[in-house]
Amino acid sequence: MRNIFVFIWRNHFVFLFLILQGFSVYLLIQNNNYHRSGFINSANIMSGNFLNLYSNITEYFSLKKANEILAAENAELKKHHPGSYFKFDVQVFNINDTVYRQQYTYRAARVVNKSVNKRNNFLTLNRGSLHGVEKDMAVITPIGVVGIVKDVSKNFCTVLPMINVNSKISAQIKNNNYFGSVVWNGNNSSLVDLVDIPSHVKLHKGDTVVTTSFSTIFPEGIIVGTIEEFELKTGHNFYTIKIKPGTDFGSVTNVYIVGNLLKKEQIQLETAEEQKEEANHD
Amino acid sequence: MIELLIRNAGRYIFLIVFQVLILNNVQLGGFINPYLYVLFILMLPIEIPGWLLLLLSFLMGLSIDLFENTAGMHASASVFMAFCRPYLLNMISPREGFDRNSQPTIQKFGINWFLTYAGILILLHHFALFYLEIFRFSAFFSTLLRVILSSTFTLGLVVIAQYLFNRVKKN
Repeated sequence: MRNIFVFIWRNHFVFLFLILQGFSVYLLIQNNNYHRSGFINSANIMSGNFLNLYSNITEYFSLKKANEILAAENAELKKHHPGSYFKFDVQVFNINDTVYRQQYTYRAARVVNKSVNKRNNFLTLNRGSLHGVEKDMAVITPIGVVGIVKDVSKNFCTVLPMINVNSKISAQIKNNNYFGSVVWNGNNSSLVDLVDIPSHVKLHKGDTVVTTSFSTIFPEGIIVGTIEEFELKTGHNFYTIKIKPGTDFGSVTNVYIVGNLLKKEQIQLETAEEQKEEANHD
Repeated sequence: MIELLIRNAGRYIFLIVFQVLILNNVQLGGFINPYLYVLFILMLPIEIPGWLLLLLSFLMGLSIDLFENTAGMHASASVFMAFCRPYLLNMISPREGFDRNSQPTIQKFGINWFLTYAGILILLHHFALFYLEIFRFSAFFSTLLRVILSSTFTLGLVVIAQYLFNRVKKN
């Protein structure tokens, strides 16, 4: 027994190295797993508050652009205001309450930290569980999709943006409704890939790509981006499509966190169906 | 002794702030991400006990991870670098050995010695870091290019920092 301690003491440098390295790798692997909450992330109180302070200062530099985007959105919203419609039939507005139920909630949030030049890019927002933010909510700007909420703390949340190699968002081409997945290869943050579009579809440069209605996360029709270039490699059944994201990740500051009020119901129903099917197979 | 402690603590905080607020926002073609915070590990006294060296490096890496959402990545690379440091110092020690409590600086050991010392350690650190970041070997050469470019850039910053912040001792 004594010899073991002597051995460990003599080689404590190597052992300590192995322990610390093992702990680091454990953290790394745990954090890479998309479905587990990371403990060490910029959503925690200390670094969150620090970065919040920092962004309070730096956001002044992008105020002009933020204002432009907000003004454009205001104009868009004014279009939908009842006052800007001509009423053909009063009844439409009377039965509104029973026909339409609200499905999506929107919360405004500010980006307090972000990275755009890594493989595993992240955004941190200044809204957390205290404001009702939950995991897997959608994050959008008026001009395009940003990503999906990953970890939530009391006052902050982190977002897995479209330009992260682990991100996968279902999207469709607006004018013909063929759908595929938007992924990122990790090289260029101003281009993402749209995969699984079959070769018989007619594509044009500049076509708009929007979110689908299949996802329980994003509302339908949010702009993902526009087709920058596409190519059909010989012998392939699917296009290689490069999309220019609508969101400029370098300058994004004000975003909306979108919650789906009917998500739980849909997922419950779908898992119940799946379980039934599995039971049938057995 | 106290002065040494204060200088290192000050360097620790300054390097984190500098790394998080300035260097992390530097984008040069998407290939160059300088990590100047390794300067802290490079500058620890030569005679520092091994366990303290490892723990301090781990702490430094973890602090950077905290701000970058990369749990464990920088910690792992930093610990690896710290682990290699004593062996490297042993290999390139001057014939008469090191003074007690001396810090490995350009002013003390000359530019050639320092470039070897810092260059090798930074390369090891960046190598570990970028391959951990991508976590596979499929893009081996493009990652290697990142490693080499970023290492060169970091080394440049480290040398500049040496000339900026170290007083030349007149004796």
